[in-house]
Amino acid sequence: MIELENVAHSYGGGDLLTEVGLTLAPGSFHFLTGPSGAGKTTLLRLCYGELIPSAGNVRLFGQDVRQMSRDDLARTRQRIGVVHQDCQFLNHLPLSENVALPLIVSGREAEADPANLRELLHWVGLSRQADALPPELSGGERQRAALARAVIMSPDVILADEPTGNVDWEMSLRLLQLLVELNKMGKAILIATHDLNLIRAAKAQVAARVLRIKDRRLLQAGANL
Amino acid sequence: MNGVLDQMLAVLAGDRQADRVVPPTGFTARLTIFTAGAMAFLAVFALALSMASGRLADRWADALARTATVRISAPQGQMQAQTDAVMAILWTTPGVADPRVLSAEEQRALLAPWFGPDLPVDRLPLPQLVELTETEDGFDAEALRLRLAAEAPGAVLDDHARWRRPLVRAADRLRLLGLVSIGLIGLATAAMITLSANAALAANAQVIRVLRMVGARDVYIARAFVRRFAGRALQGAAAGTLVGMIAVALLPGADPAGGFLTGLGFQGWGWIVPLFIPPLAAMVAFWATRAAAFRMLTEMT
Ligand SMILES: Nc1ncnc2c1ncn2[C@@H]1O[C@H](COP(=O)(O)OP(=O)(O)OP(=O)(O)O)[C@@H](O)[C@H]1O
Ligand SMILES: [Mg+2]
Repeated sequence: MIELENVAHSYGGGDLLTEVGLTLAPGSFHFLTGPSGAGKTTLLRLCYGELIPSAGNVRLFGQDVRQMSRDDLARTRQRIGVVHQDCQFLNHLPLSENVALPLIVSGREAEADPANLRELLHWVGLSRQADALPPELSGGERQRAALARAVIMSPDVILADEPTGNVDWEMSLRLLQLLVELNKMGKAILIATHDLNLIRAAKAQVAARVLRIKDRRLLQAGANL
Repeated sequence: MNGVLDQMLAVLAGDRQADRVVPPTGFTARLTIFTAGAMAFLAVFALALSMASGRLADRWADALARTATVRISAPQGQMQAQTDAVMAILWTTPGVADPRVLSAEEQRALLAPWFGPDLPVDRLPLPQLVELTETEDGFDAEALRLRLAAEAPGAVLDDHARWRRPLVRAADRLRLLGLVSIGLIGLATAAMITLSANAALAANAQVIRVLRMVGARDVYIARAFVRRFAGRALQGAAAGTLVGMIAVALLPGADPAGGFLTGLGFQGWGWIVPLFIPPLAAMVAFWATRAAAFRMLTEMT
């Protein structure tokens, strides 16, 4: 669904990433690791078309990002759920509406079942905060809300950048559980994380592959962690 | 064109949700409404001015174009002879219709406003007036003057053009100025809306980023802003137009006998014209905001 072929990217100056090849197929589960500043966030941004590669090709659902119009890109993003490292919300709307925002902007709010939203909020432990405004939430609560927002449209691909950075181990497992369930439904999952314990916990449940950015290249890490 | 209209109607019909995704703003909203109102108020006056001066120009051009006067000043004894000579010339001049010697009563009536009704016209050495009407083709005033000078030295042709033309020109110019003012008011409104839309877009950069990230299309994002600004412009301009029209209606009325000046104001169907100002203002706001929004959106992926 998402294919990167010999991709390079630079923000000006030298290449940050080179010769990156990656295919996210339906039902695949990947972790992305690497030292801070290696380019994990950059790679994720390439995967949902926020960045255009400086070399190579990125294809989203079969379409080359360079050939996509802005509306194509918008429609593609409705099929890709993203959890950003710095979760941003509409600060004037309550959490529940923020989580439902992808439905609202795609005009699918009417046909959505409100019970799903409640259940999802319950799963990420935010039922009580449903009416709170985002600035009133803790860092971990924001991350959970961002994850809930990323999955509400039941997207084909979920890209999560450090989704468990600010939450305790128990909640991390709970969020992982949610992603694993979605993966079993055939969604492709890519999680950037430093948390090796989380990777181990996932490997116990699904066939997760671990990718590592080293020396500007994307490598398959072995089974040994 | 149809698509554009549909789109405008869709935008104005609105989508409550699309409105909510942009945070409400109290103060700048009131400023936009106020400015749109002030602009509409000015537009009403510019419109009244140009329509009134247009009427004035048309009336002067019309009423005065077709008449002229010959004034004969001669010693008492020669008056009749010269008048006859003038009439003979006029009857044979192409383009002149119905020359008519004004009677003593008519001349007295003309002078009455200046000297009172008891003026003894017959005992004063007043010039004799001959009124004439132009035909469709008009006459050659210069040639007529030459003939009159040769055969009736006391006769002077006054075709009113001398003082009519500058007046008509002035009234025409006034109408043009009014129209130019309306154009400038429209452009200033567009500039003002663009500025405040840019400010609103910049203040909501995060909102726009988030919307874009969760898959909102450009039109959806733009619509939230466009609808707001078009709505504000419509509200403000409606209020401004209303106040302006009331102010024009309350202006002291013009002399109904058709005095020298027509009143500044609207007449008959003319009252419909200012009602177009609010929708026009909304349209200007629509395009200005839309352009500003798309300009900003294309700068982000
Ligand atoms: N918009 C940008 N303009 C210029 N340089 C950038 C930009 N964004 C990131 N960088 C640089 O690119 C490098 C990689 O950034 P990136 O955010 O991808 O790292 P990361 O692997 O996600 O790090 P972390 O684990 O800390 O989140 C960093 O050195 C950063 O300074
Ligand atoms: Mg990062």
